[in-house]
Amino acid sequence: MSTAETMVVPAVRRDLPVPSPPRQFVAVLRAEWTKLWSVRSTIWSLLVTIVIIVGLGALFCAARVARANRLDPGDLHNFDPTGFSLNGIFLAQLAVGVLGVLVISSEYATGQIRATFGATPQRNVVLVAKVVVFMVVVFVVGLVACFAAFFIGQGILGGTTKFHHASIGDPGALRAVIGGAMYLSVLGALGIGLGTILRRTAGAIAALVGLLLILPILVNFLPSPWSTDISKFLPLQAGNNVFHTAKLSSTDLSLWVGFAVFCAYAVASLAVGAVLLVRRDA
Amino acid sequence: MIEATALTKRYRTTLAVDQLTFTVADGRVTGFLGPNGAGKSTTMRLIVGLDAASSGSVTVNGRSLRDRRFPLREVGALLEAKAIHPSRTARNHLRWLAQSNGISPGRVDAVLEQVGLTSVARKRAGTFSLGMSQRLGIAAALLGDPEVLLLDEPVNGLDPEGIQWVRRLLRSLASEGRTVFVSSHLMSEMALTADHLIVIGKGRLIADASVEEVIAQASANHVKVVSPQADALRSRVTAAGADVERDGEETLIVTGLECRDVGIIAAGAGITLYELSRQEASLEEAFMEMTRGSAEYVSDPDAAGSTA
Repeated sequence: MSTAETMVVPAVRRDLPVPSPPRQFVAVLRAEWTKLWSVRSTIWSLLVTIVIIVGLGALFCAARVARANRLDPGDLHNFDPTGFSLNGIFLAQLAVGVLGVLVISSEYATGQIRATFGATPQRNVVLVAKVVVFMVVVFVVGLVACFAAFFIGQGILGGTTKFHHASIGDPGALRAVIGGAMYLSVLGALGIGLGTILRRTAGAIAALVGLLLILPILVNFLPSPWSTDISKFLPLQAGNNVFHTAKLSSTDLSLWVGFAVFCAYAVASLAVGAVLLVRRDA
Repeated sequence: MIEATALTKRYRTTLAVDQLTFTVADGRVTGFLGPNGAGKSTTMRLIVGLDAASSGSVTVNGRSLRDRRFPLREVGALLEAKAIHPSRTARNHLRWLAQSNGISPGRVDAVLEQVGLTSVARKRAGTFSLGMSQRLGIAAALLGDPEVLLLDEPVNGLDPEGIQWVRRLLRSLASEGRTVFVSSHLMSEMALTADHLIVIGKGRLIADASVEEVIAQASANHVKVVSPQADALRSRVTAAGADVERDGEETLIVTGLECRDVGIIAAGAGITLYELSRQEASLEEAFMEMTRGSAEYVSDPDAAGSTA
Protein backbone atom coordinates (compact mmCIF):
# COMPACT_ATOMS: atom_id res chain seq x y z
CA MET A 1 0.00 0.00 0.00
CA SER A 2 1.30 3.40 -0.83
CA THR A 3 1.59 6.11 1.76
CA ALA A 4 0.77 9.73 1.04
CA GLU A 5 4.38 10.47 0.04
CA THR A 6 4.74 7.61 -2.37
CA MET A 7 1.23 7.82 -3.79
CA VAL A 8 1.43 6.49 -7.32
CA VAL A 9 0.39 8.82 -10.04
CA PRO A 10 -1.93 6.87 -12.33
CA ALA A 11 0.37 6.44 -15.29
CA VAL A 12 -2.45 5.25 -17.50
CA ARG A 13 -5.06 7.89 -16.70
CA ARG A 14 -5.81 9.62 -19.96
CA ASP A 15 -8.62 11.24 -21.76
CA LEU A 16 -9.37 9.14 -24.77
CA PRO A 17 -10.96 10.75 -27.77
CA VAL A 18 -14.50 9.53 -28.31
CA PRO A 19 -14.65 7.77 -31.67
CA SER A 20 -17.30 8.88 -34.13
CA PRO A 21 -20.13 6.45 -34.94
CA PRO A 22 -18.80 5.84 -38.49
CA ARG A 23 -15.34 5.08 -37.11
CA GLN A 24 -16.86 2.58 -34.70
CA PHE A 25 -18.93 1.01 -37.47
CA VAL A 26 -15.88 0.50 -39.68
CA ALA A 27 -14.02 -1.03 -36.72
CA VAL A 28 -16.89 -3.43 -35.99
CA LEU A 29 -17.19 -4.32 -39.69
CA ARG A 30 -13.52 -5.30 -39.75
CA ALA A 31 -13.96 -7.34 -36.56
CA GLU A 32 -16.96 -9.18 -38.00
CA TRP A 33 -15.05 -9.82 -41.23
CA THR A 34 -12.23 -11.40 -39.21
CA LYS A 35 -14.70 -13.41 -37.15
CA LEU A 36 -16.48 -14.76 -40.23
CA TRP A 37 -13.31 -15.96 -41.94
CA SER A 38 -11.54 -17.33 -38.88
CA VAL A 39 -13.87 -20.29 -38.37
CA ARG A 40 -13.88 -23.30 -40.62
CA SER A 41 -17.64 -23.61 -41.00
CA THR A 42 -17.70 -20.45 -43.14
CA ILE A 43 -15.36 -21.74 -45.81
CA TRP A 44 -17.01 -25.16 -45.85
CA SER A 45 -20.54 -23.82 -46.06
CA LEU A 46 -19.67 -21.42 -48.85
CA LEU A 47 -17.84 -24.13 -50.80
CA VAL A 48 -20.84 -26.41 -50.39
CA THR A 49 -23.06 -23.58 -51.65
CA ILE A 50 -20.99 -23.19 -54.81
CA VAL A 51 -20.73 -26.92 -55.43
CA ILE A 52 -24.49 -27.40 -55.04
CA ILE A 53 -25.48 -24.49 -57.27
CA VAL A 54 -23.02 -25.33 -60.04
CA GLY A 55 -23.06 -29.11 -59.71
CA LEU A 56 -26.79 -29.59 -59.26
CA GLY A 57 -27.52 -27.09 -62.05
CA ALA A 58 -25.27 -29.02 -64.41
CA LEU A 59 -26.82 -32.32 -63.33
CA PHE A 60 -30.38 -31.08 -63.92
CA CYS A 61 -29.44 -29.76 -67.36
CA ALA A 62 -27.67 -32.97 -68.34
CA ALA A 63 -30.65 -35.03 -67.19
CA ARG A 64 -33.04 -32.90 -69.24
CA VAL A 65 -30.91 -33.20 -72.33
CA ALA A 66 -30.84 -36.96 -71.84
CA ARG A 67 -34.67 -37.00 -71.63
CA ALA A 68 -35.08 -34.56 -74.51
CA ASN A 69 -36.87 -37.03 -76.80
CA ARG A 70 -39.42 -38.04 -74.20
CA LEU A 71 -40.57 -34.52 -73.19
CA ASP A 72 -44.07 -33.56 -74.27
CA PRO A 73 -44.57 -30.35 -76.25
CA GLY A 74 -46.20 -28.51 -73.35
CA ASP A 75 -43.06 -28.93 -71.29
CA LEU A 76 -40.97 -27.64 -74.14
CA HIS A 77 -43.15 -24.58 -74.61
CA ASN A 78 -42.96 -23.25 -71.05
CA PHE A 79 -39.31 -24.10 -70.57
CA ASP A 80 -37.21 -21.46 -68.74
CA PRO A 81 -33.60 -22.49 -69.45
CA THR A 82 -32.12 -19.71 -67.26
CA GLY A 83 -34.17 -20.60 -64.19
CA PHE A 84 -33.60 -24.27 -64.87
CA SER A 85 -29.81 -23.94 -64.74
CA LEU A 86 -30.12 -22.08 -61.41
CA ASN A 87 -32.28 -24.75 -59.74
CA GLY A 88 -29.44 -25.66 -57.37
CA ILE A 89 -30.36 -22.54 -55.38
CA PHE A 90 -33.35 -24.40 -53.92
CA LEU A 91 -30.99 -26.72 -52.06
CA ALA A 92 -28.07 -24.31 -51.61
CA GLN A 93 -30.30 -21.85 -49.79
CA LEU A 94 -30.25 -24.19 -46.80
CA ALA A 95 -26.44 -24.02 -46.55
CA VAL A 96 -26.56 -20.22 -46.74
CA GLY A 97 -29.44 -19.93 -44.27
CA VAL A 98 -27.76 -22.24 -41.76
CA LEU A 99 -24.51 -20.30 -42.03
CA GLY A 100 -26.48 -17.10 -41.46
CA VAL A 101 -28.02 -18.58 -38.32
CA LEU A 102 -24.56 -19.64 -37.12
CA VAL A 103 -23.15 -16.14 -37.59
CA ILE A 104 -24.91 -15.19 -34.38
CA SER A 105 -26.14 -18.40 -32.73
CA SER A 106 -22.61 -19.84 -32.50
CA GLU A 107 -21.65 -16.80 -30.44
CA TYR A 108 -24.46 -17.53 -28.02
CA ALA A 109 -23.57 -21.24 -27.92
CA THR A 110 -19.92 -20.59 -27.05
CA GLY A 111 -20.57 -17.61 -24.78
CA GLN A 112 -18.47 -15.43 -27.04
CA ILE A 113 -21.40 -13.06 -27.45
CA ARG A 114 -20.41 -11.59 -24.08
CA ALA A 115 -16.97 -10.72 -25.42
CA THR A 116 -18.62 -9.22 -28.49
CA PHE A 117 -21.06 -7.02 -26.56
CA GLY A 118 -18.40 -6.24 -23.98
CA ALA A 119 -16.27 -4.84 -26.80
CA THR A 120 -19.21 -3.10 -28.50
CA PRO A 121 -21.99 -2.19 -26.05
CA GLN A 122 -24.06 -0.76 -28.95
CA ARG A 123 -25.46 -4.16 -29.80
CA ASN A 124 -27.35 -3.12 -32.89
CA VAL A 125 -24.12 -1.82 -34.41
CA VAL A 126 -22.84 -5.39 -34.10
CA LEU A 127 -26.02 -6.80 -35.65
CA VAL A 128 -25.90 -4.40 -38.60
CA ALA A 129 -22.20 -5.12 -39.15
CA LYS A 130 -22.84 -8.87 -39.12
CA VAL A 131 -25.64 -8.46 -41.67
CA VAL A 132 -23.62 -6.20 -43.97
CA VAL A 133 -20.52 -8.43 -43.92
CA PHE A 134 -22.49 -11.62 -44.42
CA MET A 135 -24.76 -10.25 -47.16
CA VAL A 136 -21.78 -8.94 -49.14
CA VAL A 137 -19.90 -12.24 -48.81
CA VAL A 138 -22.92 -14.32 -49.79
CA PHE A 139 -23.74 -12.00 -52.68
CA VAL A 140 -20.24 -12.30 -54.13
CA VAL A 141 -20.09 -16.08 -53.63
CA GLY A 142 -23.64 -16.42 -54.98
CA LEU A 143 -22.78 -14.32 -58.02
CA VAL A 144 -19.77 -16.47 -58.87
CA ALA A 145 -21.80 -19.66 -58.40
CA CYS A 146 -24.82 -18.43 -60.38
CA PHE A 147 -22.78 -17.19 -63.33
CA ALA A 148 -20.88 -20.47 -63.40
CA ALA A 149 -24.11 -22.47 -63.15
CA PHE A 150 -25.70 -20.41 -65.93
CA PHE A 151 -22.87 -20.76 -68.43
CA ILE A 152 -22.17 -24.41 -67.66
CA GLY A 153 -25.89 -25.20 -67.70
CA GLN A 154 -26.54 -23.42 -70.99
CA GLY A 155 -23.51 -25.15 -72.49
CA ILE A 156 -25.06 -28.50 -71.59
CA LEU A 157 -28.59 -27.51 -72.73
CA GLY A 158 -27.06 -26.38 -76.03
CA GLY A 159 -26.17 -30.03 -76.67
CA THR A 160 -29.66 -30.68 -78.10
CA THR A 161 -31.81 -28.87 -80.60
CA LYS A 162 -35.04 -30.25 -79.08
CA PHE A 163 -35.47 -27.12 -76.96
CA HIS A 164 -33.83 -23.77 -76.76
CA HIS A 165 -31.17 -22.59 -74.34
CA ALA A 166 -30.52 -19.07 -73.11
CA SER A 167 -27.68 -16.65 -73.61
CA ILE A 168 -26.82 -13.99 -71.06
CA GLY A 169 -28.15 -11.27 -73.37
CA ASP A 170 -31.66 -12.78 -73.46
CA PRO A 171 -34.43 -10.78 -71.76
CA GLY A 172 -34.27 -11.34 -68.00
CA ALA A 173 -31.31 -13.72 -68.11
CA LEU A 174 -28.73 -11.41 -66.57
CA ARG A 175 -31.31 -10.21 -64.02
CA ALA A 176 -32.11 -13.80 -63.05
CA VAL A 177 -28.44 -14.70 -62.56
CA ILE A 178 -27.81 -11.62 -60.40
CA GLY A 179 -31.21 -12.24 -58.79
CA GLY A 180 -30.00 -15.65 -57.61
CA ALA A 181 -27.16 -13.98 -55.71
CA MET A 182 -29.57 -11.38 -54.31
CA TYR A 183 -31.98 -14.07 -53.18
CA LEU A 184 -29.25 -15.96 -51.33
CA SER A 185 -27.89 -12.78 -49.78
CA VAL A 186 -31.31 -11.77 -48.39
CA LEU A 187 -31.86 -15.32 -47.20
CA GLY A 188 -28.59 -15.10 -45.26
CA ALA A 189 -29.94 -11.98 -43.55
CA LEU A 190 -33.12 -13.87 -42.67
CA GLY A 191 -30.93 -16.58 -41.10
CA ILE A 192 -29.13 -13.96 -38.97
CA GLY A 193 -32.49 -12.49 -37.95
CA LEU A 194 -33.87 -15.86 -36.86
CA GLY A 195 -30.59 -16.69 -35.09
CA THR A 196 -30.80 -13.38 -33.21
CA ILE A 197 -34.37 -13.96 -32.11
CA LEU A 198 -34.01 -17.60 -31.10
CA ARG A 199 -30.30 -17.61 -30.06
CA ARG A 200 -30.18 -21.42 -30.33
CA THR A 201 -28.75 -22.93 -33.49
CA ALA A 202 -31.12 -25.89 -33.67
CA GLY A 203 -34.24 -23.83 -33.03
CA ALA A 204 -33.31 -21.18 -35.56
CA ILE A 205 -32.50 -23.74 -38.26
CA ALA A 206 -35.81 -25.47 -37.59
CA ALA A 207 -37.61 -22.14 -37.90
CA LEU A 208 -35.80 -21.39 -41.15
CA VAL A 209 -36.58 -24.78 -42.71
CA GLY A 210 -40.14 -24.55 -41.46
CA LEU A 211 -40.63 -21.12 -43.00
CA LEU A 212 -39.05 -22.01 -46.33
CA LEU A 213 -40.06 -25.62 -46.91
CA ILE A 214 -42.60 -26.92 -44.40
CA LEU A 215 -45.04 -24.00 -44.32
CA PRO A 216 -45.75 -24.14 -48.09
CA ILE A 217 -46.70 -27.82 -47.75
CA LEU A 218 -49.05 -27.10 -44.85
CA VAL A 219 -50.65 -24.15 -46.64
CA ASN A 220 -51.26 -26.44 -49.62
CA PHE A 221 -53.69 -28.42 -47.52
CA LEU A 222 -55.93 -25.37 -47.01
CA PRO A 223 -59.09 -25.05 -49.13
CA SER A 224 -58.46 -23.87 -52.66
CA PRO A 225 -58.74 -20.05 -52.77
CA TRP A 226 -57.01 -19.69 -49.41
CA SER A 227 -54.03 -21.87 -50.24
CA THR A 228 -53.06 -19.85 -53.32
CA ASP A 229 -53.82 -16.52 -51.64
CA ILE A 230 -51.60 -17.33 -48.68
CA SER A 231 -48.84 -19.29 -50.34
CA LYS A 232 -47.89 -16.52 -52.74
CA PHE A 233 -46.87 -14.49 -49.68
CA LEU A 234 -44.64 -17.22 -48.22
CA PRO A 235 -40.93 -16.39 -48.49
CA LEU A 236 -39.80 -19.02 -50.97
CA GLN A 237 -42.69 -18.55 -53.37
CA ALA A 238 -42.52 -14.75 -53.10
CA GLY A 239 -38.77 -14.63 -53.59
CA ASN A 240 -37.87 -17.33 -56.08
CA ASN A 241 -39.20 -15.63 -59.24
CA VAL A 242 -36.23 -13.27 -59.04
CA PHE A 243 -33.94 -16.02 -60.33
CA HIS A 244 -36.29 -17.13 -63.10
CA THR A 245 -37.19 -15.48 -66.39
CA ALA A 246 -40.78 -16.69 -66.37
CA LYS A 247 -43.29 -16.81 -63.53
CA LEU A 248 -43.20 -20.19 -61.80
CA SER A 249 -46.91 -20.09 -61.11
CA SER A 250 -49.58 -17.86 -62.61
CA THR A 251 -50.87 -17.02 -59.13
CA ASP A 252 -47.49 -15.71 -57.93
CA LEU A 253 -46.94 -12.07 -57.06
CA SER A 254 -45.19 -10.04 -59.74
CA LEU A 255 -41.42 -10.35 -59.67
CA TRP A 256 -40.33 -7.26 -57.73
CA VAL A 257 -43.37 -7.19 -55.46
CA GLY A 258 -42.61 -10.79 -54.57
CA PHE A 259 -38.96 -10.01 -53.93
CA ALA A 260 -39.96 -7.06 -51.75
CA VAL A 261 -42.17 -9.42 -49.71
CA PHE A 262 -39.24 -11.80 -49.41
CA CYS A 263 -37.00 -8.95 -48.20
CA ALA A 264 -39.70 -7.96 -45.73
CA TYR A 265 -39.32 -11.32 -43.99
CA ALA A 266 -35.61 -10.67 -43.48
CA VAL A 267 -36.18 -7.07 -42.35
CA ALA A 268 -38.92 -8.13 -39.94
CA SER A 269 -36.81 -10.89 -38.40
CA LEU A 270 -33.88 -8.50 -37.97
CA ALA A 271 -36.10 -5.79 -36.48
CA VAL A 272 -37.55 -8.19 -33.91
CA GLY A 273 -34.05 -9.51 -33.25
CA ALA A 274 -32.69 -5.99 -32.75
CA VAL A 275 -35.36 -5.12 -30.22
CA LEU A 276 -34.76 -8.34 -28.27
CA LEU A 277 -31.00 -7.90 -28.47
CA VAL A 278 -31.11 -4.60 -26.63
CA ARG A 279 -33.76 -5.68 -24.17
CA ARG A 280 -32.23 -8.98 -23.11
CA ASP A 281 -29.20 -9.53 -20.91
CA ALA A 282 -26.31 -11.02 -22.87
CA MET B 1 -12.36 3.97 -10.44
CA ILE B 2 -15.54 1.92 -10.23
CA GLU B 3 -18.52 3.23 -8.30
CA ALA B 4 -21.61 1.19 -7.57
CA THR B 5 -24.60 2.93 -6.01
CA ALA B 6 -27.47 0.86 -4.60
CA LEU B 7 -26.80 -1.54 -7.45
CA THR B 8 -29.56 -4.14 -7.66
CA LYS B 9 -30.16 -6.99 -10.08
CA ARG B 10 -33.29 -9.08 -9.85
CA TYR B 11 -33.80 -12.15 -11.98
CA ARG B 12 -37.32 -13.51 -12.14
CA THR B 13 -37.48 -14.93 -8.64
CA THR B 14 -34.05 -14.30 -7.17
CA LEU B 15 -32.36 -11.17 -6.00
CA ALA B 16 -28.81 -11.69 -7.28
CA VAL B 17 -27.42 -8.31 -6.28
CA ASP B 18 -29.07 -6.39 -3.49
CA GLN B 19 -28.44 -2.66 -2.97
CA LEU B 20 -24.67 -2.88 -3.39
CA THR B 21 -22.79 0.35 -2.81
CA PHE B 22 -19.01 0.38 -3.04
CA THR B 23 -16.08 2.12 -4.65
CA VAL B 24 -13.08 0.46 -6.23
CA ALA B 25 -10.17 2.87 -6.11
CA ASP B 26 -7.28 3.02 -8.54
CA GLY B 27 -3.69 2.21 -7.73
CA ARG B 28 -4.45 -0.88 -5.72
CA VAL B 29 -5.74 -4.43 -6.07
CA THR B 30 -9.26 -4.76 -4.73
CA GLY B 31 -10.39 -8.27 -3.96
CA PHE B 32 -14.03 -9.15 -4.48
CA LEU B 33 -14.88 -12.00 -2.18
CA GLY B 34 -17.94 -14.06 -1.61
CA PRO B 35 -19.11 -17.65 -1.54
CA ASN B 36 -20.27 -19.28 -4.77
CA GLY B 37 -23.57 -17.77 -5.85
CA ALA B 38 -23.01 -14.58 -3.83
CA GLY B 39 -23.48 -12.38 -6.89
CA LYS B 40 -19.85 -11.66 -7.79
CA SER B 41 -20.14 -12.59 -11.46
CA THR B 42 -23.48 -10.80 -11.79
CA THR B 43 -21.93 -7.67 -10.32
CA MET B 44 -19.06 -7.91 -12.80
CA ARG B 45 -21.51 -8.31 -15.69
CA LEU B 46 -23.39 -5.25 -14.46
CA ILE B 47 -20.15 -3.25 -14.35
CA VAL B 48 -19.28 -4.06 -17.96
CA GLY B 49 -22.88 -3.49 -19.04
CA LEU B 50 -23.69 -7.01 -20.25
CA ASP B 51 -26.63 -7.11 -17.86
CA ALA B 52 -28.82 -4.14 -17.14
CA ALA B 53 -29.30 -3.19 -13.49
CA SER B 54 -32.84 -3.54 -12.11
CA SER B 55 -32.20 -0.41 -10.08
CA GLY B 56 -29.25 1.61 -8.89
CA SER B 57 -26.24 2.27 -11.07
CA VAL B 58 -22.61 1.49 -11.63
CA THR B 59 -20.09 3.70 -13.37
CA VAL B 60 -16.50 3.33 -14.47
CA ASN B 61 -14.55 6.58 -14.32
CA GLY B 62 -17.83 8.39 -13.92
CA ARG B 63 -19.76 6.98 -16.86
CA SER B 64 -21.73 3.87 -17.63
CA LEU B 65 -19.79 1.45 -19.79
CA ARG B 66 -22.77 1.14 -22.09
CA ASP B 67 -22.04 4.64 -23.39
CA ARG B 68 -18.53 3.80 -24.60
CA ARG B 69 -17.84 3.01 -28.23
CA PHE B 70 -14.36 1.57 -27.66
CA PRO B 71 -14.70 0.30 -24.07
CA LEU B 72 -11.76 -2.11 -24.27
CA ARG B 73 -9.39 0.85 -24.22
CA GLU B 74 -10.71 1.81 -20.80
CA VAL B 75 -11.84 -1.43 -19.21
CA GLY B 76 -10.44 -4.89 -19.73
CA ALA B 77 -12.48 -7.77 -18.39
CA LEU B 78 -12.00 -11.49 -17.95
CA LEU B 79 -15.43 -12.87 -17.23
CA GLU B 80 -15.44 -16.44 -18.51
CA ALA B 81 -12.24 -17.92 -19.83
CA LYS B 82 -13.95 -20.61 -21.89
CA ALA B 83 -16.29 -18.23 -23.69
CA ILE B 84 -14.34 -18.32 -26.93
CA HIS B 85 -15.32 -19.89 -30.24
CA PRO B 86 -13.42 -23.21 -30.14
CA SER B 87 -12.43 -23.28 -33.79
CA ARG B 88 -10.88 -19.82 -33.78
CA THR B 89 -7.16 -19.46 -33.04
CA ALA B 90 -5.98 -17.50 -30.02
CA ARG B 91 -4.44 -14.90 -32.31
CA ASN B 92 -7.57 -14.49 -34.42
CA HIS B 93 -9.67 -14.13 -31.28
CA LEU B 94 -7.49 -11.25 -30.13
CA ARG B 95 -7.36 -9.81 -33.67
CA TRP B 96 -11.10 -9.30 -33.96
CA LEU B 97 -11.27 -7.90 -30.44
CA ALA B 98 -8.53 -5.40 -31.30
CA GLN B 99 -10.20 -4.44 -34.59
CA SER B 100 -13.57 -3.88 -32.95
CA ASN B 101 -12.05 -1.23 -30.70
CA GLY B 102 -9.55 0.32 -33.09
CA ILE B 103 -6.61 -1.12 -31.15
CA SER B 104 -3.36 -1.42 -33.10
CA PRO B 105 -2.66 -4.95 -34.36
CA GLY B 106 0.75 -4.81 -32.68
CA ARG B 107 -0.97 -5.13 -29.31
CA VAL B 108 -2.16 -8.63 -30.22
CA ASP B 109 1.35 -10.06 -30.37
CA ALA B 110 2.41 -7.96 -27.40
CA VAL B 111 -0.25 -9.36 -25.07
CA LEU B 112 0.27 -12.91 -26.36
CA GLU B 113 3.92 -12.51 -25.42
CA GLN B 114 2.99 -11.01 -22.05
CA VAL B 115 0.82 -13.98 -21.05
CA GLY B 116 3.20 -16.55 -22.51
CA LEU B 117 0.99 -17.85 -25.33
CA THR B 118 3.15 -16.84 -28.30
CA SER B 119 4.02 -20.44 -29.14
CA VAL B 120 0.36 -21.51 -29.32
CA ALA B 121 -0.98 -18.30 -30.89
CA ARG B 122 -2.03 -20.16 -34.03
CA LYS B 123 -3.65 -23.07 -32.24
CA ARG B 124 -7.41 -23.26 -32.02
CA ALA B 125 -8.80 -22.12 -28.68
CA GLY B 126 -10.87 -25.30 -28.40
CA THR B 127 -7.67 -27.27 -27.82
CA PHE B 128 -6.62 -25.09 -24.88
CA SER B 129 -6.54 -26.28 -21.27
CA LEU B 130 -8.42 -24.21 -18.70
CA GLY B 131 -5.13 -22.64 -17.63
CA MET B 132 -4.28 -21.61 -21.20
CA SER B 133 -7.80 -20.26 -21.69
CA GLN B 134 -7.37 -18.18 -18.54
CA ARG B 135 -4.16 -16.76 -19.95
CA LEU B 136 -5.90 -15.97 -23.24
CA GLY B 137 -8.73 -14.31 -21.31
CA ILE B 138 -6.19 -12.21 -19.41
CA ALA B 139 -4.52 -11.31 -22.71
CA ALA B 140 -7.89 -10.13 -24.02
CA ALA B 141 -8.39 -8.02 -20.91
CA LEU B 142 -4.97 -6.40 -21.33
CA LEU B 143 -5.41 -5.82 -25.07
CA GLY B 144 -6.58 -2.22 -24.93
CA ASP B 145 -4.01 -1.25 -22.27
CA PRO B 146 -6.98 -0.32 -20.08
CA GLU B 147 -6.99 1.78 -16.95
CA VAL B 148 -9.49 -0.52 -15.26
CA LEU B 149 -9.22 -4.30 -15.09
CA LEU B 150 -11.95 -6.68 -13.99
CA LEU B 151 -11.00 -10.29 -13.53
CA ASP B 152 -13.47 -12.93 -12.45
CA GLU B 153 -11.66 -15.81 -10.73
CA PRO B 154 -8.48 -15.42 -12.84
CA VAL B 155 -6.46 -18.10 -11.05
CA ASN B 156 -9.03 -20.82 -11.69
CA GLY B 157 -7.33 -23.72 -13.41
CA LEU B 158 -3.85 -22.23 -13.23
CA ASP B 159 -0.88 -24.21 -11.91
CA PRO B 160 1.11 -22.83 -8.94
CA GLU B 161 3.53 -21.09 -11.26
CA GLY B 162 0.61 -19.51 -13.11
CA ILE B 163 -1.01 -18.39 -9.87
CA GLN B 164 2.22 -16.66 -8.84
CA TRP B 165 2.39 -15.03 -12.23
CA VAL B 166 -1.17 -13.66 -11.93
CA ARG B 167 -0.40 -12.28 -8.45
CA ARG B 168 2.70 -10.47 -9.71
CA LEU B 169 0.83 -9.22 -12.77
CA LEU B 170 -2.06 -7.81 -10.73
CA ARG B 171 0.31 -6.08 -8.33
CA SER B 172 2.35 -4.53 -11.11
CA LEU B 173 -0.79 -3.34 -12.92
CA ALA B 174 -2.00 -1.70 -9.72
CA SER B 175 1.40 -0.14 -9.10
CA GLU B 176 1.09 1.55 -12.49
CA GLY B 177 -1.96 3.31 -11.10
CA ARG B 178 -4.63 1.10 -12.65
CA THR B 179 -7.83 -0.01 -10.99
CA VAL B 180 -7.66 -3.76 -10.47
CA PHE B 181 -10.82 -5.53 -9.34
CA VAL B 182 -10.44 -9.26 -8.95
CA SER B 183 -12.97 -11.75 -7.66
CA SER B 184 -12.35 -14.97 -5.82
CA HIS B 185 -14.11 -17.31 -3.48
CA LEU B 186 -10.81 -18.05 -1.76
CA MET B 187 -9.93 -15.74 1.12
CA SER B 188 -6.39 -17.11 1.33
CA GLU B 189 -5.76 -16.20 -2.30
CA MET B 190 -7.03 -12.68 -1.80
CA ALA B 191 -4.98 -12.21 1.37
CA LEU B 192 -1.88 -12.68 -0.78
CA THR B 193 -2.93 -10.52 -3.70
CA ALA B 194 -5.28 -7.77 -2.62
CA ASP B 195 -4.80 -4.52 -0.73
CA HIS B 196 -8.47 -3.96 -0.14
CA LEU B 197 -11.42 -6.31 0.14
CA ILE B 198 -15.05 -6.06 -0.74
CA VAL B 199 -16.93 -9.03 0.69
CA ILE B 200 -20.46 -9.90 -0.38
CA GLY B 201 -22.89 -12.66 0.45
CA LYS B 202 -26.31 -13.30 -1.07
CA GLY B 203 -25.87 -10.15 -3.10
CA ARG B 204 -25.39 -7.91 -0.07
CA LEU B 205 -22.32 -6.05 1.07
CA ILE B 206 -20.74 -7.71 4.11
CA ALA B 207 -17.43 -5.89 4.38
CA ASP B 208 -15.57 -3.12 2.59
CA ALA B 209 -12.21 -2.76 4.32
CA SER B 210 -8.47 -3.09 3.93
CA VAL B 211 -7.00 -6.56 4.17
CA GLU B 212 -5.35 -5.53 7.45
CA GLU B 213 -8.68 -4.58 8.94
CA VAL B 214 -10.29 -7.79 7.83
CA ILE B 215 -7.41 -9.74 9.33
CA ALA B 216 -7.73 -7.79 12.57
CA GLN B 217 -11.43 -8.46 12.60
CA ALA B 218 -10.76 -12.08 11.81
CA SER B 219 -8.35 -12.36 14.70
CA ALA B 220 -10.94 -11.00 17.13
CA ASN B 221 -9.56 -13.95 18.96
CA HIS B 222 -11.22 -16.18 21.42
CA VAL B 223 -10.03 -17.71 24.64
CA LYS B 224 -10.86 -21.32 25.24
CA VAL B 225 -11.37 -22.34 28.85
CA VAL B 226 -12.03 -25.85 30.05
CA SER B 227 -13.23 -26.12 33.62
CA PRO B 228 -15.36 -28.52 35.71
CA GLN B 229 -17.07 -25.41 37.16
CA ALA B 230 -17.98 -23.96 33.79
CA ASP B 231 -21.25 -22.46 34.97
CA ALA B 232 -19.68 -20.57 37.85
CA LEU B 233 -16.91 -19.30 35.60
CA ARG B 234 -19.37 -18.31 32.95
CA SER B 235 -21.34 -15.97 35.19
CA ARG B 236 -18.17 -14.30 36.44
CA VAL B 237 -16.65 -13.85 33.00
CA THR B 238 -19.92 -12.48 31.66
CA ALA B 239 -20.03 -10.05 34.57
CA ALA B 240 -16.57 -8.85 33.48
CA GLY B 241 -18.06 -7.85 30.15
CA ALA B 242 -17.05 -10.74 27.89
CA ASP B 243 -19.17 -12.75 25.48
CA VAL B 244 -19.28 -16.39 26.38
CA GLU B 245 -20.33 -19.33 24.33
CA ARG B 246 -20.79 -22.80 25.72
CA ASP B 247 -19.05 -25.50 23.74
CA GLY B 248 -19.81 -28.82 25.39
CA GLU B 249 -20.10 -29.76 29.07
CA GLU B 250 -16.92 -28.15 30.39
CA THR B 251 -15.74 -25.83 27.63
CA LEU B 252 -16.34 -22.11 27.25
CA ILE B 253 -15.34 -19.89 24.36
CA VAL B 254 -14.71 -16.37 25.67
CA THR B 255 -14.55 -13.34 23.44
CA GLY B 256 -13.49 -9.92 24.68
CA LEU B 257 -11.03 -10.96 27.37
CA GLU B 258 -7.42 -12.09 27.22
CA CYS B 259 -6.13 -15.31 28.77
CA ARG B 260 -4.62 -13.49 31.69
CA ASP B 261 -7.93 -11.79 32.54
CA VAL B 262 -9.75 -15.11 32.51
CA GLY B 263 -6.98 -16.65 34.61
CA ILE B 264 -7.20 -13.88 37.21
CA ILE B 265 -10.98 -14.17 37.42
CA ALA B 266 -10.77 -17.96 37.83
CA ALA B 267 -8.07 -17.76 40.47
CA GLY B 268 -10.02 -15.09 42.38
CA ALA B 269 -13.06 -17.34 42.51
CA GLY B 270 -11.08 -20.47 43.24
CA ILE B 271 -12.24 -22.13 40.05
CA THR B 272 -10.23 -25.05 38.73
CA LEU B 273 -9.05 -24.79 35.13
CA TYR B 274 -8.01 -27.74 32.95
CA GLU B 275 -7.16 -25.62 29.96
CA LEU B 276 -6.79 -21.95 29.17
CA SER B 277 -5.68 -21.13 25.63
CA ARG B 278 -5.81 -18.45 22.98
CA GLN B 279 -7.61 -19.45 19.75
CA GLU B 280 -6.52 -17.70 16.57
CA ALA B 281 -9.08 -17.73 13.80
CA SER B 282 -7.63 -18.25 10.34
CA LEU B 283 -8.56 -15.91 7.52
CA GLU B 284 -10.55 -18.71 6.02
CA GLU B 285 -12.53 -19.11 9.23
CA ALA B 286 -13.09 -15.39 9.42
CA PHE B 287 -14.44 -15.45 5.92
CA MET B 288 -16.69 -18.39 6.74
CA GLU B 289 -17.86 -16.53 9.80
CA MET B 290 -18.54 -13.34 7.86
CA THR B 291 -20.43 -15.03 5.10
CA ARG B 292 -22.26 -17.57 7.25
CA GLY B 293 -25.94 -17.44 6.56
CA SER B 294 -25.27 -15.80 3.25
CA ALA B 295 -23.82 -18.80 1.45
CA GLU B 296 -26.11 -19.88 -1.36
CA TYR B 297 -25.18 -23.54 -1.22
CA VAL B 298 -24.46 -24.83 2.26
CA SER B 299 -23.33 -28.38 2.76
CA ASP B 300 -24.80 -30.08 5.76
CA PRO B 301 -22.22 -32.30 7.45
CA ASP B 302 -24.95 -34.29 9.19
CA ALA B 303 -26.81 -35.02 5.99
CA ALA B 304 -23.83 -36.85 4.52
CA GLY B 305 -23.76 -39.23 7.48
CA SER B 306 -27.47 -39.85 7.70
CA THR B 307 -27.83 -40.98 4.11
CA ALA B 308 -25.12 -43.63 4.50
